[in-house]
Amino acid sequence: MRVRRDSYALFLLPGAVAFLAVVVVPFLMNTGVSFTDWQGVGGPHWSGLANYRELLHDTEFWASFRHSLFMVLAMAVVPTALGLLLAAALFDYVGKHFGTRIAAVLRACFYLPQVLPVAVAGIVWSWILAPDNGSLNALLKAVGLGSWQQDWLGDPDLALYTVMGVLVWVQLGFPLVVFMAGLGRVDPQLYEAAELDGAGWWRRFRHITLPQLRPEVYVVLTWCTIAALKVFGAVYVLTKGGPGGATDVPSYFSFTTFFEKTQVGYGSAISTVLTVVVLALAVLGLRLQNRAEVV
Amino acid sequence: MTALRRYPVLLALCLAALLMVVPFLIVTMNAVKSPAEYSQNGPLSLPHGLYLDGLRDFWQRVDYTRKLVNSTLISGSVAVLATGLSVLNAYAIGIGRIRGRTWVLAFFVLANLLPQESLVYPLYYLSKEAGLYDTRLSVIIVFTVIQSAFGTYLLSAVLGQFPREIIEAARIDGANKWQILVRIVVPVSRPTLGVLLVFFFVWTWNEFLLPLVMLISNDNQTVSVALGVLQGQRLMDATMTNAAALLGVLPAVVFFLVFQRTLTRGIAVGAVK
Repeated sequence: MRVRRDSYALFLLPGAVAFLAVVVVPFLMNTGVSFTDWQGVGGPHWSGLANYRELLHDTEFWASFRHSLFMVLAMAVVPTALGLLLAAALFDYVGKHFGTRIAAVLRACFYLPQVLPVAVAGIVWSWILAPDNGSLNALLKAVGLGSWQQDWLGDPDLALYTVMGVLVWVQLGFPLVVFMAGLGRVDPQLYEAAELDGAGWWRRFRHITLPQLRPEVYVVLTWCTIAALKVFGAVYVLTKGGPGGATDVPSYFSFTTFFEKTQVGYGSAISTVLTVVVLALAVLGLRLQNRAEVV
Repeated sequence: MTALRRYPVLLALCLAALLMVVPFLIVTMNAVKSPAEYSQNGPLSLPHGLYLDGLRDFWQRVDYTRKLVNSTLISGSVAVLATGLSVLNAYAIGIGRIRGRTWVLAFFVLANLLPQESLVYPLYYLSKEAGLYDTRLSVIIVFTVIQSAFGTYLLSAVLGQFPREIIEAARIDGANKWQILVRIVVPVSRPTLGVLLVFFFVWTWNEFLLPLVMLISNDNQTVSVALGVLQGQRLMDATMTNAAALLGVLPAVVFFLVFQRTLTRGIAVGAVK
């Protein structure tokens, strides 16, 4: 019996070889290189923890991780909160009183940006937000708020918030779809009973929707937080980390260190720190999820 | 609840939904304006006619046909290969219940979450050593593996619930493991495999960092990379940017309309599994 069972392992062979070549070996190489001084040509020189010591004093590095916190706000916290409200409104309100068709159409509108390549989303928004003749500034002028016009992506004090706004737009559809699907499995009698008892919309939201969706909330928060830490394309296309590093994030910082400054050892150290943070959060998130499912 | 109180909420939701799609509308509107019209009336005026020269110029200038072919070829190959690889892995884990499967599964979950930044330089270096740098094949290989990490995770959970009696019955009838996989497990799991195919296709289409690094020559670039690089160079005028935006948006909208049901259903399945 045991022999028969384990011969299934043969089916894992192609996957094992592929993952070894594309994930495991490159990952170990990257970690190894982070302990060296290497410009990408010639041999790497062992430098121990020198790169990591340098990181500790590198203000650019700290700034990029600080910006990551803003990205978590824009890609995880805000979309989850808005997504919960929207999902509840579409499901418990529009779906009930106006039909599920309208709810589905509205949901599709919110989800549309999610299928857009982030590079394309970046082009769309950098055109809308352009300082001269961009649509947003033109709109402000047209409605008599000309003094509110800004160089949205070019002002160092504003650029980070503008990027955050774009990311909320990009991300919102994901939590919404997950939450609406989650609400689909909630027993409708719960809502009916609550309504009969005179519970208003807000109380149904707090006492039924939120507790019932707890597993989904953990999943979405974990996924979106990890996505936020990895955000690259939007920054590359919208601001290239600028102006003056105002929107730099770890992935973009490591990218420029690798391919523009060709400080491969240092770039590897940055990406290794990012990996450790991401994996730690992932483990934490999975634990919270498991607990939420048990409760 | 009275209708009077109901409609404002619906109205607010419709406005919010409109706000989400306005960027698409405004891009479309401006992509069909002539440069003269654009500079005279600004981005908010309605177009006076259908001016398609801007789109045509842009199409030819970036050889957009080629980019579409590249993206389709890469995403299509990855979708098929990664689904195949996921099936093999998940068959061993979900149905074969090999020893140590929890750890194997944990490995795939972590591989799925790993930031590409920690793979990008070694992949760049290794592909150069292997003579695969700046080929579409290199991107196909890399994403086949990366996407199948998620596929394995999802499919293992699905196949873990596969009715054992069917497999036992087939075994008694003399089917070997390979026959059981191809003739029974794959056909029965077709809905989930469909979800994976669509996801892998769209995800790979939208990928940016690794294709940006791996595909440097114009002839090999994907739609995302070509448009992203153009935008990054800051060389486009307003008309060109609009053409680029519209041509980038269109395939995504097509996928969305074609795959909408699969996508929304799949996301729900993927998140809860």
